[in-house]
Amino acid sequence: MGLKHKLHRLKEKYKGKKMAPAFNALHTFLYLPNLTTHSGGHIRAADDLKRTMNIVIMALLPCLIFGIYNAGYQHYLALGDIQAATGFFSPEFWSMENFSLGAWKVLPLVLISYGVGLGVEFLFAVIKGHEVEEGYLVTGMLVPLIVPIDIPLWMLTVAVIFGVVIGKEVFGGTGMNILNPALTIRAFLFFAYPTWMSGDKVWVSGAVESIGQPDAISGETILGSLAQGNSFGYDIMDMFYGFIPGSVGETSTLLILLGGLFLIFTKIGSWRIMLSSVLGALGMGLIFNGVISAEWIGENSKFFSLMNTEFWQHLLIGGLAFGIVYMATDPVTASQTNKGKWIYGIMIGVLSVTIRVFNPAYPEGVMLAILLMNVFAPTIDHYVLQGNIKKRAKRIKVKTI
Amino acid sequence: MRLLSKKDSRLILDPLADNNPITIQVLGVCSALAITAQLKPSIVMAISVIFVLGIGNVVISLLRNIIPSKIRIIVQLIIVAALVIMVDQVLKAFAYTLSKELSVFIGLIITNCIIMGRFEAFALGNGPWRSFLDGVGNALGYGVILIIVGFFRELLGSGTLFGFKVLGDSVEKTGLYAIGYENNGFMVLPPMALIVVGIIIWVQRSRNKELIEEH
Repeated sequence: MGLKHKLHRLKEKYKGKKMAPAFNALHTFLYLPNLTTHSGGHIRAADDLKRTMNIVIMALLPCLIFGIYNAGYQHYLALGDIQAATGFFSPEFWSMENFSLGAWKVLPLVLISYGVGLGVEFLFAVIKGHEVEEGYLVTGMLVPLIVPIDIPLWMLTVAVIFGVVIGKEVFGGTGMNILNPALTIRAFLFFAYPTWMSGDKVWVSGAVESIGQPDAISGETILGSLAQGNSFGYDIMDMFYGFIPGSVGETSTLLILLGGLFLIFTKIGSWRIMLSSVLGALGMGLIFNGVISAEWIGENSKFFSLMNTEFWQHLLIGGLAFGIVYMATDPVTASQTNKGKWIYGIMIGVLSVTIRVFNPAYPEGVMLAILLMNVFAPTIDHYVLQGNIKKRAKRIKVKTI
Repeated sequence: MRLLSKKDSRLILDPLADNNPITIQVLGVCSALAITAQLKPSIVMAISVIFVLGIGNVVISLLRNIIPSKIRIIVQLIIVAALVIMVDQVLKAFAYTLSKELSVFIGLIITNCIIMGRFEAFALGNGPWRSFLDGVGNALGYGVILIIVGFFRELLGSGTLFGFKVLGDSVEKTGLYAIGYENNGFMVLPPMALIVVGIIIWVQRSRNKELIEEH
């Protein structure tokens, strides 16, 4: 008697009971149910919600693994124990020590994120008597990738509960939420515990404990140092490969690019949103570069160093690329219409770079830009639809006359 | 002997729960967001509104037969404004720092929808005693929510209650702070007050299903 059979019997036993959704969820997550629909015509498609989610998780896994290595690498590099990596396959980076330290730090984040988040989902499914939805599978993987490495686990727990309950369940669960739950969780952390979400002490593992000691280490993110008007000491290839301090999984633009291509190839992520966001960010970067070369803003301005950043470098630093590929494309919270997706994406790119440049208190603008555009997505869709209706009405009028 | 008849006591008790001005009628939310970051201003605000609404309702009720209906809003505004100025002057005289803290929000009691709402809906059609009870009841209902929100926001946002460090000292790391607890900075910001009010509404409506609107 296999596990599938056992789960099926459990499901039958608990049918109609309060706990039923919890067992059903386990069963359908692991296996295809025995039940088939008997009446009506159906469309058969291979990619149900679960498979969609699993493909996004597959696209995220390289970022997670890279994040684990990078956590160890940044720690030992800041301590001065290892040499800086040269090239993407450099053995200084892909070493066992880096991996074990990183795994020790990152895996608890993953466990907390999934454990707490799914716990809340199961609880709500049992209370409301509906099936457990798969929506949290991707959120649970995104959350550990977008927080600083040293975030205390209890803060993450509080934030995940808040994000899942207020960001999702109060609206009716997966598919009904207005805001991206992973970003809601990050925004909660950012406003609730700002000392743990910004500054130069949280991005490198062990930096907080070393405060005040003779061998104190620190690691400012590139955006952070630019916002303070300093320059940064990383070369372009380091930034592209991701050998820089930052939130756990968002540093490697190379892997994000591959993940994005994978999502586009499998038709899970919308290429319109990704492309238009990149274009929006590049366009805004170009405008700011233009302002600098027209000498409208002097070197003393506090916006100078971020405005002076080469327009295409905005894609390499901070979480912009990660946000565009994995979070702006969230099918629930993004615009649904094709024209709407272009507007939505361009606005995300433009707003991210604008917030970066003009508000040094919020060095990462992409989080706020995506959340803001999530709110506006239904409005954009509404006007795109109305525009289409008007166009068609006009066409009929012309014909009938 | 009962202090109040059954009908009269409902005037006080209804707004406290099932007909609460904030959570059911969703009036006066603006001030509930603005001044509830700490418990003390919340309580002072609650007392001020009890005073203004209780007395105001009585005055309007006494004048209800001689106010021309065309200019009744202006008359009501003048009465609220007079009462609010009295509250403001008393606070300035006896609790200056608190008055600074509450800043314009005492003055803005004038625009609190609950007050004009009760004048219009109740005091213009009822006797002074019942209007007084209705005013005090509604202001209490408003105050209770203010105090609940203020309690959670001050406790979780600043770790204090009435300024006392009940959770320990966050700078010297005593009490809860010694084991890594930190204040939730989001609680101090107004958006969190909206979410706390939302949670109260949620809890209240899931306890009493009759309150859920049909749509």
